[in-house]
Amino acid sequence: MRIPILKLQHYLLVSIQTEIDDNTAIQFQEDLLSKIHESGTSGVVIDLTSVDIIDSYIAKVLGDVVTMSDLMGAKVVLTGIQPAVAMTLIDLGIHLSNVPTALDLEQGLIKLRQELGE
Amino acid sequence: MTSQSCVSIRKELDIVGARQLGRDITKEVGFGLVDQARVTTAISELARNIYLYADEGEICCEALDYTNKKGIRITASDQGKGIEDVAKVMQDGYSTSGGLGAGLPGVKRLMDEFDLQTEVGKGSVISAVKWLR
Repeated sequence: MRIPILKLQHYLLVSIQTEIDDNTAIQFQEDLLSKIHESGTSGVVIDLTSVDIIDSYIAKVLGDVVTMSDLMGAKVVLTGIQPAVAMTLIDLGIHLSNVPTALDLEQGLIKLRQELGE
Repeated sequence: MTSQSCVSIRKELDIVGARQLGRDITKEVGFGLVDQARVTTAISELARNIYLYADEGEICCEALDYTNKKGIRITASDQGKGIEDVAKVMQDGYSTSGGLGAGLPGVKRLMDEFDLQTEVGKGSVISAVKWLR
């Protein structure tokens, strides 16, 4: 299974709507980085509104993809993390403190523009 | 009255199956959204540990229904290598697989009761309970 990556103006937009298994997560990491490279985008929003659980592995993959994109010169903002997911991540001891986040997609795009100074 | 359902963990995709079992059974017991996520995440961590370190094992979920309280017990068992240094695996950030090392200490925090039995060369049994508040 592959997570679709859409282009919106000059940003990339990802909405994760399916259950993420480990392979899907790793495939997504590769796909997103190639797409950033291909499109030359400087900003990505990953929307997690429909994700009901994030375990330590998925959190690591998400955190890594933010760092990897940053290395390439693209900013990633995570949006729509559910209250239950936020509480669970803290119980797991995962703070994702270097990861830019926003309440929803709309706020995410605003944050992205701020991060990029646009 | 208790009812138990199990999933065997052999391949990576079985982790998703174990999570689904967690979602179903926590909903059935009547947990709220946050505790559903906590228990399901704990199951996911335990299932991944089996897949990563023991190759093969089983996750069982049991709905607990006593006169004064209800809850769920998760049991993760494997016949893998066992754990040599239990204190170390219970430390945050300790991992031999390049992960975050959040798994077992995380499960302990996500659940209300936690018990780890392990014997080197024989395998491990981890049992954790969450009570309905």
